[in-house]
Amino acid sequence: MLKTEVITVATSGDIVLVRHAVRRQALKINLSLVDQTKIVTAASELARNLLIYGGGGEVTLELLQQGSRNGLRAEFVDKGPGIPDINLALRDGFTTGGGMGLGLGGAKRLVNEFNIESAPGKGTRVTITRWR
Amino acid sequence: MGDFLLVTIQVDMHDQLASALQDDLTNKIARVKAKGVLIDISSLDIVDSFIGRMLANTSAMARVLDAQTVVVGMQPAVAITLVELGLNLSGIHTALDVEKGMEMLRRHMDIPDLDEETGAQD
Repeated sequence: MLKTEVITVATSGDIVLVRHAVRRQALKINLSLVDQTKIVTAASELARNLLIYGGGGEVTLELLQQGSRNGLRAEFVDKGPGIPDINLALRDGFTTGGGMGLGLGGAKRLVNEFNIESAPGKGTRVTITRWR
Repeated sequence: MGDFLLVTIQVDMHDQLASALQDDLTNKIARVKAKGVLIDISSLDIVDSFIGRMLANTSAMARVLDAQTVVVGMQPAVAITLVELGLNLSGIHTALDVEKGMEMLRRHMDIPDLDEETGAQD
């Protein structure tokens, strides 16, 4: 596993930087255009969550190699208030932030692997992976 | 002028910029008494829930101001992703390109035009 890039998310402009960085890494492993679009969109949703719910945080991008296949993993970590009920937060239409409530559940549908760890007062860590 | 506005989004917008565009566009529709708005998103390589909401809001506000909105030029990869994300953009009219969008607006104008023949024209 090769660490490639860390982006701090503190403003909405940083969400754009995350989108561009994810696109750049996705191109390195030749993800198809649709798969690039999916992981960039998922990353945009999760980076916004970092900002809105986590009070900012950090995104780490890694390129993975497993046998002959390559993947791109993005990890979103904040030290915010955490999520009391993860299943509820994953449900479409549920929001506490005034958005559409599609971010978390939507991001999950756009990637191959999705993992979330969170507890009240402990912050949130979301990891997504898209394989080529 | 009471005609159409064409808006081409050419940069990857951060959220505040997208919100500002929504407000500017709504003001502009009222100021020029536009009857139709074409929003060209062919340069956008992603539409996430924030941009999607901005497009839906703009379209809804335009409707209240008696203008029809057509979003044109969405890239196929963006369309596929949007649907999987869960955004169906119901209530937004879409067309493949500016030309088709314009046709759609003109067709839409045909019906109100019939009423205007008997009513006062500005």
